Amino acid sequence: MTHANLSLVGPEIILAGSALILLVVGAFRGKGGVVFNGLSVLALLAAAVAAVVGPQGRGFAGGVIVDDLSTFAKVAIYLASAVSLVLADRWLARRGDSKFELPVLVILAALGMGVMVSAGDLISLYIGVELHSLALYVLAAFRRDDAKSSEAGLKYFVLGALSSGLLLYGASLIYGFAGSTQFDVIAGAVNDGAGQGILFGLVFLICGLAFKVSAAPFHMWTPDVYEGAPTPMVGFFAAAPKLAAMVLLARVLQEGFGGAVAQWQQVVLAIALLSVFVGAFAGLAQKNLKRLWAYSSIANIGYALVGLAAGGEAGVQAMLMFMVLYMVDVTGFFACLTALQRDGRSMETIDDMAGLFKEKPGLALAMTAFSLSALGLPPLSGFFAKFYVFKAAIDAGLAWAAILALVGSVVAAFYYLRLIKVMWFDAAPGAVEAPAFSARTIAIGAALFSFPVGLVALVWLDPVSRAAAAAFG
Amino acid sequence: MIGLTHYLTVAAILFTIGVFGIFVNRKNVIVILMSIELILLAVNINLVAFSAFLHDVVGQIFAMFVLTVAAAEAAVGLAILVTFFRNRGDIAVDDASVMKG
Repeated sequence: MTHANLSLVGPEIILAGSALILLVVGAFRGKGGVVFNGLSVLALLAAAVAAVVGPQGRGFAGGVIVDDLSTFAKVAIYLASAVSLVLADRWLARRGDSKFELPVLVILAALGMGVMVSAGDLISLYIGVELHSLALYVLAAFRRDDAKSSEAGLKYFVLGALSSGLLLYGASLIYGFAGSTQFDVIAGAVNDGAGQGILFGLVFLICGLAFKVSAAPFHMWTPDVYEGAPTPMVGFFAAAPKLAAMVLLARVLQEGFGGAVAQWQQVVLAIALLSVFVGAFAGLAQKNLKRLWAYSSIANIGYALVGLAAGGEAGVQAMLMFMVLYMVDVTGFFACLTALQRDGRSMETIDDMAGLFKEKPGLALAMTAFSLSALGLPPLSGFFAKFYVFKAAIDAGLAWAAILALVGSVVAAFYYLRLIKVMWFDAAPGAVEAPAFSARTIAIGAALFSFPVGLVALVWLDPVSRAAAAAFG
Repeated sequence: MIGLTHYLTVAAILFTIGVFGIFVNRKNVIVILMSIELILLAVNINLVAFSAFLHDVVGQIFAMFVLTVAAAEAAVGLAILVTFFRNRGDIAVDDASVMKG
């Protein structure tokens, strides 16, 4: 029995073990470096392989569920974490902030996200959420001599801890009124409509998770944290943790509260549409690109939530497709920001990007591709992401929600197009420094995925994500 | 006779005080850390009360996890607060305003 349980959590054991070993090695060496980061990337890749080849099933008295959905999410999360480590290596070395704690923290965050997507009861849900959050707070404050970075860490910590409190209060009420912390037992208790107490707890739980995915009206930490945190880490924040929290939300709602769809659907839909509009309108006034993409990520989480609110297998599949395609775009965009530097200063505002097409045509083209993809223009991958979401919404009889979300996306088009205009047609104020090889390669690779490769990958992603969504079946 | 409702009421009051402590307080970040502890302890009261009421030990195990994580959270929070203080020389809430918009 113990052996069967432990074989289920192979990827987690690999990550936890390598994080502890790397921490001790780092403490004795006193510094990080390329080899140290390389080993961490290898550990993450090994965990991804272990997730694919490992057995599936339920273990630890229902606390851990390993199925197609968790495997799909884990592979995406571990790969995104590995990419962000590669990005961070050169960026921090240039600024003299290269420390061995960074890869250890990223591995621990990935471990927490892995626990989140496999959570089968409220206790493993809470442990996963806290494990990844605590690592992310420290990553946001990683440049500890930088005033902005430490302020970002502090804000992230205070609001993140509040959201954990809300989530936990909801979990305690659900436990009390449903009589168990396990999702499948809770599902039995809410089979024919949930009682008042359970619903009260569920709303708190949704609020707590909405904080983690930065959905409006719980988004206020996002712009500040994204602006202050180190750029390669922002690419990490915007991709992997959101997928993990969305998958967790899907599992709680579909598996635990599948019997109360009518009750949570309106809540999720309200949060989704509010996110789309807050992201679209508040983004219009932004000058800093990291803040701008913070609002863009709020809007995009809104679309993913529309998919989730559609419910059922198609809704979950739409959410998974949307999140994975969006993760590539956002990672690529922040890879561009990581690569670009002028006079030893990061280029972070829209004005900094003036004339980028003449200076660095490859990166300018890549940023154009990511902006248009996030906008949802065919034939870029972002179009197909939105297509899945809107199709799921219309099939579920939520055509009005799809139309409202489309209006939000038209408003958001303004800020994406303005960035492209500045890059292509304005005059450059000075020469851009040569970008780091790793960041440039990742940016170009992600851009190629956005346009031609992504279309081919869809043929393979579609059945895989459908199988993952069928895990709730 | 003190029953489940009394415990839940106390926990709800503590929880509300904790949430208000975070939003109303404009002076000191340490007070925010105290409010967060208050929220987590309110949850623990809930869990233990439900556990006793349901004759189910899972709630108490959950409470143990919450206590452990709360300690780790306080450690991380104080560490971030120290770096903030080093950069700014002050920990007033209104001071955390380099970024706006």
